[in-house]
Amino acid sequence: MSAVFAVERLKKSFGGLEVTRDVSLSMAKGDRIALIGPNGAGKTTFVNLVTGHLQPNSGRVLMGGEDISRFNPMRRVRAGLVRSFQVTRLFSEMTPEEHIGLAILQREGRSGRMAGSFRAMPQVMREMRNILETLNLSALATVPVGEIAYGQQRLLEIALALALRPKVLLLDEPAAGVPHSDTFLIENALAQLPDDLAVLMIEHDMDLVFRFAKRVIVLAAGEIIFDGSPQAVTEDPRVREAYLGSYVHASSAA
Amino acid sequence: MSAPDIAALQPIQAARPWQRDLIGVAVILAAAIAGYFLFPDNLALLTRIIAIMLLVLSLDLVTGYCGVATLGHAALFGAGAYAAGIAAVTFGITEPLSMVAIGAIAGAVAGLVSGVVILRGHGLAQLVLSIAVIHLFHEAANKASTYTGGSDGLSGIAPDPVFGLFEFDLWGRTAYGFGIVLLVLVFVLLRILVRSPFGMLCRGIRQDPVRISAMGASVKASLIKMYVISGAVAGIGGALNAVSTQVVGLDSLSFTNSAEALVMLVLGGAGSLYGAFVGTIVFMWFEHVVSAANPFHWLTIVGALLIAVVLFAPKGLYGTAVTLSQRLTRSGP
Ligand SMILES: Nc1ncnc2c1ncn2[C@@H]1O[C@H](COP(=O)(O)OP(=O)(O)OP(=O)(O)O)[C@@H](O)[C@H]1O
Ligand SMILES: [Mg+2]
Repeated sequence: MSAVFAVERLKKSFGGLEVTRDVSLSMAKGDRIALIGPNGAGKTTFVNLVTGHLQPNSGRVLMGGEDISRFNPMRRVRAGLVRSFQVTRLFSEMTPEEHIGLAILQREGRSGRMAGSFRAMPQVMREMRNILETLNLSALATVPVGEIAYGQQRLLEIALALALRPKVLLLDEPAAGVPHSDTFLIENALAQLPDDLAVLMIEHDMDLVFRFAKRVIVLAAGEIIFDGSPQAVTEDPRVREAYLGSYVHASSAA
Repeated sequence: MSAPDIAALQPIQAARPWQRDLIGVAVILAAAIAGYFLFPDNLALLTRIIAIMLLVLSLDLVTGYCGVATLGHAALFGAGAYAAGIAAVTFGITEPLSMVAIGAIAGAVAGLVSGVVILRGHGLAQLVLSIAVIHLFHEAANKASTYTGGSDGLSGIAPDPVFGLFEFDLWGRTAYGFGIVLLVLVFVLLRILVRSPFGMLCRGIRQDPVRISAMGASVKASLIKMYVISGAVAGIGGALNAVSTQVVGLDSLSFTNSAEALVMLVLGGAGSLYGAFVGTIVFMWFEHVVSAANPFHWLTIVGALLIAVVLFAPKGLYGTAVTLSQRLTRSGP
């Protein structure tokens, strides 16, 4: 069993509040995992701990067997661990073209160049067009991000992550804030992710979770209370209790 | 905008940047020539405007492009001025291009030092650190009076003729020409820089540093690099001032000089090199004219002007002009 990514006994508390209690998990190539849990369960905190945006109190993070716990966030990205944000973080004055161009240059170690432009680099342009095309963003390539719809901004977040060619992708609620009628856009984008990429997606929309995930992990009060198949998750009594039945209603209504 | 519209715009946009830069250079040269013939008795003032422009351009790199708040940027300018002056007076290096090169290096070093200090803080802390930096530089120059002349200033700077041909004359013609050439060179290099991948990275840092680090790029290292470049530019400005006025005073390293540079940048519009030009010319020309007419109230009037710009044209004079012209062309055919 070759784990591309693993977390061992991660712990974090803010003041007295234990937000992550002894979380361990591992992911293999091509995994499609949904991480679910009630609001405040510690899902985003988990991602922040893993990416190095927060320091855990204890525990280790490994990529391909290598301990990256002491890497700063930048080095973790270069090691292939890429995330998206629950609330989009994009450069509002820059265009999708510039976002993707910058990401490609960064991946290739050329973002520090002080002359020239990615527009004059044919292979960067080609890759950029391909990525934007895959995510249906070509028509918006030269519009400042501040002027495009939120749903499309969410797509660009995914495009940006892909341009970094990650080995492990952590998506924090990729459909948050997108009107329900448009979640299919996000779903289509998720379906296009490379097969060998390991993906962990945090999501509240259970329809999306059930269509996307082959494995579901449930986090409640900072602890993993379930890790198994999407079929089994609705049957689990602890999960039902944690959610007070709320999502079970949602999914049975769908 | 619909998709076909954008597709039709693309080739125009691709061709545009270089054309705009050429126009920029042409405008600078035209303004320089006009200045020479319209104000032949004020060439010293015009040269000082050019030196300060270099300071404001330099400030624009860290504040306008990278979003670093600083009230200590004159440290970089003053370092260049003193280094060029000391090189001439103490070490006998009076060849003007060498003096400018020394100023650029000293400015870059000062940029590195103040960047390392200032970038340790964020927001308000950053601003306070920058004020501390300028006071420390000022005090250091004051104490090292053997080299700097302390509060009397450093005088006796006598640069050689440029290329051994153009003597620095009493009317300041050579100094003016020298300044214009430096300004155009710096402008062209900075246009290349701000359009480069690194320039794009820095704009990204200003808009969202967390996203930049989530892309695997180092925010800190990039900002320090930009600080060093910015220091070289300010240092060239300082050296130009030393070469053209042949004295260096403690005021070049002052908090006031720093704060005024920031005011000029905001006035013209941060984040575009043209804004730095416009802001410097308007502010300094205003200072010259209004302070002559009414020496007591000129700061009041500058204050009022600044409030008007910040409230009604927050993108500065140049930024607002661009927005207006875009709106006009968009609503046109
Ligand atoms: N920097 C912080 N300092 C103190 N407490 C924090 C911090 N970040 C998160 N918390 C707390 O940790 C808990 C978990 O927050 P987190 O954002 O990880 O939840 P989540 O599972 O992502 O929730 P949601 O579904 O609402 O996004 C919350 O109680 C939150 O208030
Ligand atoms: Mg969250």
